[in-house]
Amino acid sequence: MLSKRIIACLDVRNGQVVKGINFEGLRSAGDPAELARRYNRELIDELVILDVTATLESRRALADTIRAVAQELFIPLAVGGGIRTEADAAAAIEAGADKVSLNTAAIASPPLITTLASRYGSQAVIVAIDAKRSGDHYAVYVRSGSTAAERDAVDWAREAEARGAGEILLTSIDRDGTKAGFECEMTAAVSRAVSIPVIASGGAGGLDHFVDVFTAGAADAALAASIFHYAETSVHALKAHLRAHGIPVRL
Amino acid sequence: MIALVDYGAGNLTSVRKALAAIAADVYVPATPADLSHASGVIVPGVGHFSATRALDAAWRDAIIARLGEGRPLLGICVGMQWLFEGSAEAPDCPGLGLLAGSCFRLTGGTYRQPHDRADATGVLKVPHVGWNALRMTRDAAIVDGVASGSQVYFTHSYAAPVTGDTVAAAEHAEPFASIVQRGQVSGVQFHPEKSGEVGLRILRNFIEIAR
Repeated sequence: MLSKRIIACLDVRNGQVVKGINFEGLRSAGDPAELARRYNRELIDELVILDVTATLESRRALADTIRAVAQELFIPLAVGGGIRTEADAAAAIEAGADKVSLNTAAIASPPLITTLASRYGSQAVIVAIDAKRSGDHYAVYVRSGSTAAERDAVDWAREAEARGAGEILLTSIDRDGTKAGFECEMTAAVSRAVSIPVIASGGAGGLDHFVDVFTAGAADAALAASIFHYAETSVHALKAHLRAHGIPVRL
Repeated sequence: MIALVDYGAGNLTSVRKALAAIAADVYVPATPADLSHASGVIVPGVGHFSATRALDAAWRDAIIARLGEGRPLLGICVGMQWLFEGSAEAPDCPGLGLLAGSCFRLTGGTYRQPHDRADATGVLKVPHVGWNALRMTRDAAIVDGVASGSQVYFTHSYAAPVTGDTVAAAEHAEPFASIVQRGQVSGVQFHPEKSGEVGLRILRNFIEIAR
């Protein structure tokens, strides 16, 4: 049975891990390679390194961070934040990323999805969708949640799949940083609309939130950052909880 | 020296890093003739089966010649599928044909969730992406020290059938071959370079076989 994946996100800025509340007010939480090692010991299934500032200066540090992590960890590693061109993606993959995550760039230039899928395979291309509830649908936002993209999240996920995306990373802007639980309705709506895996993100605050998102939310994977960073919950304890609730995990 | 065949399908960075981590000596052959001094040959691969078209008659002959000289061959993911007769993903593109059978598209399906929550039916999607368990069907040097039930990282939509060459199967709505071995030919459907300690152990086993 395919395991539900637990993915840890390392939000980095200039080579240091940070984590914001609703994308604002970042506070520092440590060295990425050290955190990655800890997660690996706890049997994390995958890592995402997200460059939250994506300035030119930060991007140079990012390549070093990717290299440091990929050097010693042999689990899937995705990189996102500021990947705008084929060259940006190539640099991340060259440094050791297995997957790149496109967000604003995919909306701005959807053919980039296909270009990267043709060059590296669909398994290497994640389309990240940041969305918030808007009446009876979910509206996509870009530029770190600041700008409405005038797209519906379910439609955009379908289009991304058709263009060659291998996975969708779906973040609820409403829930991000709140610890109020994942946005299960939105996750289920997107997950049932596509055949590629959907990674749920935003709102993880307790063990039962993960149970919810893997059942009611129909998520294939769940991503969290701060709940693990500050050792509020170990990855191992989370997986044991999921297993006790009948959810297949790698333990 | 292990030859890592680069035929332009995806990137080799991850495989190279994993082989470096287990202190394997690796080179990327520029031409088929460069395989003549390989102690073992690895054919990696991601993406579409048709990418294996780049492995033309000269490459095929050189790989088979090295096998004939007793040197082992390991196919990874699409590289494993290529060891079979072909794949439904690219019917006009023949495989190497060292193993009997043809690769098929996974169909996916549904399963009963443990909870009667909003929806009790879970979906098994295709592509099959993530960690899944190896179910050992027989012993082989390539799986030395690997316990049945160990989980490894998969990402694929097509798969090879379970046959007498299968060492380990995996299930995703249906069984498929996840590790195969016949003589000096081995293959893994998953990515050993991305499967933690279990994956590194399998790569180490191959390096031992190639010694």
